[in-house]
Amino acid sequence: MSPGAHLLEVSNLKVSFQTEEGVVRAVDGVSFALEQGEVVAIVGESGSGKSVTAMTLLGLTRSPNASFEGSAQLEGKELITASEEQLREIRGGEIAMIFQDPMSSLDPVYRIGSQIVEQIVAHDFQVSKSEAMERAIALMDRVGIPRARERVRSYPHEFSGGMRQRVMIAMALSCSPKVLIADEPTTALDVTIQAQILDELRTLRKETDAGIILVTHDLGVVADIADRIVVMYAGRVVEQGTLDEIFYNPQHPYTWGLLGSITRVDRDTTGLLPSIPGTPPSLVSPPAGCHFRPRCPHAFDRCTDVPALEAHLPETPQHVDRCWLSAMQKRDLRQVGDRIGLAADEPVIA
Amino acid sequence: MARFAVRRLASMVAVMFAISILTFLLFQVLPNSDPSTRLAGRTASPTQIAKIRSDWGFDKPIYVQYIKTMGKILNGTVTSYQQQLPVEDQIRQDLPTTLSLAIGAGVIWLALGILFGVLSAWRAGRWLDRGLTVLSLVGVSMPVFFLGAVLSYYIGDKARILPAGDYVALTSDPWQWFKHMLMPWFALSVLFIGVYSRILRSTILDTINDDYVRTARAKGLSERQVMIRHVLRNSLIPIVSLWGLDFASVLGGGAILTETVFNLHGVGQYAAQSVEGLDIPPVLVITMFGAFAVVLLSAVVDIVYAALDPRIRL
Repeated sequence: MSPGAHLLEVSNLKVSFQTEEGVVRAVDGVSFALEQGEVVAIVGESGSGKSVTAMTLLGLTRSPNASFEGSAQLEGKELITASEEQLREIRGGEIAMIFQDPMSSLDPVYRIGSQIVEQIVAHDFQVSKSEAMERAIALMDRVGIPRARERVRSYPHEFSGGMRQRVMIAMALSCSPKVLIADEPTTALDVTIQAQILDELRTLRKETDAGIILVTHDLGVVADIADRIVVMYAGRVVEQGTLDEIFYNPQHPYTWGLLGSITRVDRDTTGLLPSIPGTPPSLVSPPAGCHFRPRCPHAFDRCTDVPALEAHLPETPQHVDRCWLSAMQKRDLRQVGDRIGLAADEPVIA
Repeated sequence: MARFAVRRLASMVAVMFAISILTFLLFQVLPNSDPSTRLAGRTASPTQIAKIRSDWGFDKPIYVQYIKTMGKILNGTVTSYQQQLPVEDQIRQDLPTTLSLAIGAGVIWLALGILFGVLSAWRAGRWLDRGLTVLSLVGVSMPVFFLGAVLSYYIGDKARILPAGDYVALTSDPWQWFKHMLMPWFALSVLFIGVYSRILRSTILDTINDDYVRTARAKGLSERQVMIRHVLRNSLIPIVSLWGLDFASVLGGGAILTETVFNLHGVGQYAAQSVEGLDIPPVLVITMFGAFAVVLLSAVVDIVYAALDPRIRL
């Protein structure tokens, strides 16, 4: 594959932080690609390195005690080694980001409108303040904020969480980015608002040609919107494939666990909600071999070597996973009653 | 806004009333505080003392004495017991000195406190930050009477770079006024500069980790814009309220030590002398003036606060 063939291509990205406890390998060799108009979801629990991956694309994890390896290219432009000035132009201009907590992601002391204008003028030196304000109003209107012309003069605290997230989306769209990174955009919102924000993202995807990276721990959110899914565990990609491949033919036990712990209204709910036993490993001294080994009921002696991220099913060569089990074993082991789950034995409450 | 003004005015009256009662009562229960024996002098006979007592009204119940004194204070005719001079004239005479000291020092400590705080946070963990940390620690632990005396002796008396003390009115000679005030300003500011720069440093370092700062970066703002518009703008809010109250306390006679070391006849020194002589009227007036300054400036702080932080409504 020639460089620049994808809108965004991340290959073997590694991010580690020097801390007092030792070196934390937050991201340990992550690769994926994003095409125009595509939604790629990065899924994993807290500490899996999904947010660090996303923020590293914008250089937001840069600090004196962080070190980076590998590459991330936006249309062939390297992001990891980009200068601060190059990054400044990319941030908000070519790659925009929406954050998890809309309550704290807007500066409390400035009006909504001026915070959007601030981003517009940072990337467009030609535009006048009043033109930028008109654009801000149009953007707010577009993301479904009622009475946008009046509300540009409001302060963030005068907005609800959902409205603030809409402002964040309007801000992210202000410079027509090629890539939109949404880092848990619905986590801090209640369910009805979540649905509205997801609708907003879906509309966006239709209207613009932007590629969207959706970072989340919620497979339910992903099912609605993603084209492809990257499942991360303890800094590594453990499985990657299309939405259907991940949901209907998951290959990695961790993915089974994630799928098994989704609440479903169409299933029997008398039992306990299944959860994955144990906790994610420390990233300072992760277990040798497969990182999921200590929590995996199906682990065997080969698991002390790191399995490669490769395709195991000839009919779906883009569907890759990191597990030593054979495709046949996986098909048997993941079946828990009539659904997919991590283990046949009793679910454990975490 | 109108409601705010009324509320503040009411609380100002209440605070000053309470302060005056407390101060008055305090001087009633102090040992040796009977003003008649002091007024009468050392060799006075009991009859002389009794006469003074009835002439001045010290034999009346406390509340009557309080009301009479307050009446005199309010119409501006109160005199001190010791020199029997009008308190108002004395304060009128001393206030420019204290104002010069407080305003100049206030500007210096705010400016340098912000400057050092910003530098310290900007270079957090590096040698500049460590240097400033040590310096501010030294500044905070240096008592004014020591620092002032050292400055006054070495720079004033020995090197003769600046005058060692005394006050020259701004209206009579601005340059001399400035030269005379420079050392007192510095001596008074050092403590505050140390405190403010430490507070600002930690507020900035907290604010840097706030989500909206990350948003500002993700928007593509330059590091400078992020720091000034978002980090500094939010970090200055607590400094403002601190400054208002510290300034008020210096204005209300809190700079006694500085005034004494540099021989500035300000309100603080007048207060010190009056307390020493257990001279109730001036002490009452000055404490009420101090309370007035604090209440007034805290109202100003609230107004500035509301302007700085839109979440706060008056």
